[in-house]
Amino acid sequence: MADQDIDEHSGVETTGHEWDGIKELNNPLPRWWLIVFYISVIWAVGYWVLMPAWPGISGYTKGLRDHSERANVAADIAALDEARAEATQRLINAPSMQAIENDPGLQQFALAAGRSLFGDNCATCHGSGGQGFPGYPNLNDDAWIWGGALEDIKTTIAYGRRSDHPETTNTIMMAYGRDGLLPADDVSDLTNYVLSLSGQDHDAAAAQRAPQIFASQCAVCHGADGSGDRAQGAPNLTDAIWLFGGDRATIYETIWNGRAGVMPAWEGRLSEAEITALAVYVHSLGGGE
Amino acid sequence: MDADPASRSGKSVGRTGDIERFEVEAINAAETRTLYSARTQIYPKRVQGVFRKLKWFILAATLGLYYLLPWVRWPRGVNEPDQAILVDFAGRRFYFFFIEIWPDELYYLTGLLVIAAMGIFLSSALFGRVWCGYSCPQTVWTDLFVAVERFIEGDRNKRIKLDRAPWSFDKIRKKTAKHLIWILIGMATGGAWILYFHDAPTIARDFLRGEAPFTAYFFFALLTLTTYIFAGSLREQVCTYMCPWPRIQAALTDEETLEVTYKKDRGEPRGAHKKGDSWDGRGDCVSCRACVVACPMGIDIRDGAQLECINCALCIDACDEIMVKVGRPTGLIAYDTDANMARREAGSAPTIKIFRPRVFVYAGALLLTAFVMVAAMSSRATMNVNVLRDRSLPFVMLSDGSVRNAYTVKIVNRDNVERIFQIDVDGPEGMAVTAIGEKPVENALEVAAAGDAVRSLRMFITMTPEALGSASMPVTISVSDIETGEEAVNSTVFLSGDR
Repeated sequence: MADQDIDEHSGVETTGHEWDGIKELNNPLPRWWLIVFYISVIWAVGYWVLMPAWPGISGYTKGLRDHSERANVAADIAALDEARAEATQRLINAPSMQAIENDPGLQQFALAAGRSLFGDNCATCHGSGGQGFPGYPNLNDDAWIWGGALEDIKTTIAYGRRSDHPETTNTIMMAYGRDGLLPADDVSDLTNYVLSLSGQDHDAAAAQRAPQIFASQCAVCHGADGSGDRAQGAPNLTDAIWLFGGDRATIYETIWNGRAGVMPAWEGRLSEAEITALAVYVHSLGGGE
Repeated sequence: MDADPASRSGKSVGRTGDIERFEVEAINAAETRTLYSARTQIYPKRVQGVFRKLKWFILAATLGLYYLLPWVRWPRGVNEPDQAILVDFAGRRFYFFFIEIWPDELYYLTGLLVIAAMGIFLSSALFGRVWCGYSCPQTVWTDLFVAVERFIEGDRNKRIKLDRAPWSFDKIRKKTAKHLIWILIGMATGGAWILYFHDAPTIARDFLRGEAPFTAYFFFALLTLTTYIFAGSLREQVCTYMCPWPRIQAALTDEETLEVTYKKDRGEPRGAHKKGDSWDGRGDCVSCRACVVACPMGIDIRDGAQLECINCALCIDACDEIMVKVGRPTGLIAYDTDANMARREAGSAPTIKIFRPRVFVYAGALLLTAFVMVAAMSSRATMNVNVLRDRSLPFVMLSDGSVRNAYTVKIVNRDNVERIFQIDVDGPEGMAVTAIGEKPVENALEVAAAGDAVRSLRMFITMTPEALGSASMPVTISVSDIETGEEAVNSTVFLSGDR
């Protein structure tokens, strides 16, 4: 610049910018700041060369180090699987499910794996402690609709119930009222009869009218005495546990609309070892039938 | 006092009789202390004497312990490391000879730290900064580095001359050799550090092969670097500026604390003394400044107690040597108390008062902590039992109306052999106990727990509707070793909700 404007107090050149008589000094940048800046520039250039950096039309520059966080995660998971391979293999090769529970070390491995799998996959419907919700069975009690032994639980998890798996079971509770199979009066009488089976308050006169209907319509699945049939997933109607609710209105609704709760199949989504571990965990919740 | 820098770093200015005298001012003195100043190199002169010998001994003992302890073996049986001192992060154990600490017992470390703190409080109250002067790693490694420096470059005057001389082949050779040895000592320090965290022979081999974990190389490099920098170039600056301990220490000492003291009452008035002159009417200090050139902290002890002084006692040796030469009693600089100086000036006899309130407080706290530690260690259980009641579902109703609670019983077997434990459940009348994978008989069962591991057992208590009492009923789960009878009792409850 030909005519430098020097500030007379500090002896420093100004930028020439002036606001209300105040001029901006043209001080040099602090040395430490410049050094850090230059190092950052050098670092950035090195980074472009070594690491993934520039986006392109159909991809990005990969960098010489061939770094990929996705690959790192995959490698970490593979390393974890590798570390667990021995115990996982023992789970798969166990002669029976019971043998897993009888081996404290293997049982502990299965429980730990099962607990986290349960949280990831099952807790959404069954609750974090397996306590269930209306329509989603409580896994802590002893009322097992499809059986509570280790093998039964494993089958339920692997194939699901009323799922899209070819091995699944497809029995349903029909909608007696909605589909016109029974008149409303009969549904009402049946409701009182079902209430009487579990010893709840009911209209005795109405219940008296129902045994024949029950025998012809319900006993096929629920048994002549209403104690249920696990092979068909028909709940026991004489106990204190109700999947959808044991009050008069809910039982009426169940008979009128039918029920067909779905448990999805996990085979294919979880590995054999994972399903085994889950079965051991769920079995441990339910008191071990 | 306003000497130019050249004479401040000082040199011998001739002799009076047998005594070498130095024209030198203390580099660090209260008058010249500023908030920030560039470091002036200190060239401590070699001294000989009782305290120097003691310091060599302590240096050999502490460094020997540090470098060699990880190699000491201590057989513990199969599946247990045989290293006497091992901090095993991966296995989550701390081994110290016959003691094995689990992570949940880390409070023993707190006790150890309290003991260390009280020990240093007590020693400070009695003898001032003995920790700083003799056994602080900073002091010990600096002492070693100065010894290396002296061995290669010569004593004080030669070192000053060498530093002022222009670069020459000889200077490059000496400086290179010195820094090389310093770095080697630093590497030994960093190398020994990582041995405490892994099996020493294994990690040493892996380390040399380049197969050791990253943390090993990181801490090796970190400790190599800090040793090299702290003991090589920072030295007294670490004590003066970086370490918080000297500031705390001032609160722990009092006028009866034995500290390295220049006895003003005996030394003053100071001045040069010619052989044969009378000692009447003057002090014993002959102003030779031997104490100043010996000081690794660059202070003049004759200015009195000051924050830089680490009480290393080298000035005592330096002064005693002079006192012998001029034919005066030794101990012009000695371990003494401020109170004694006042007593002598007042004409009364000096005395050492050890039993002071603060000494009792520190010693009492030390003994109490040590006693609690020993008692806790000796009555330490070799087993622990934790009973975790299921909480995400506090109780569940069964099909017949019974109520069931689930418990996870965790038996921690701290022994390294498998043990059989008997679990007894004592609870409300009418309960039934079941367990996963086990068959309890009459509310009791036996389980095996592998050595040095945690055995986890899932247990259920079921009560029939008729037996149910209040919403919460106490349950006691006792676990005992069937051989030794060692027992752990856990109290929990059986919940059934309001009905």
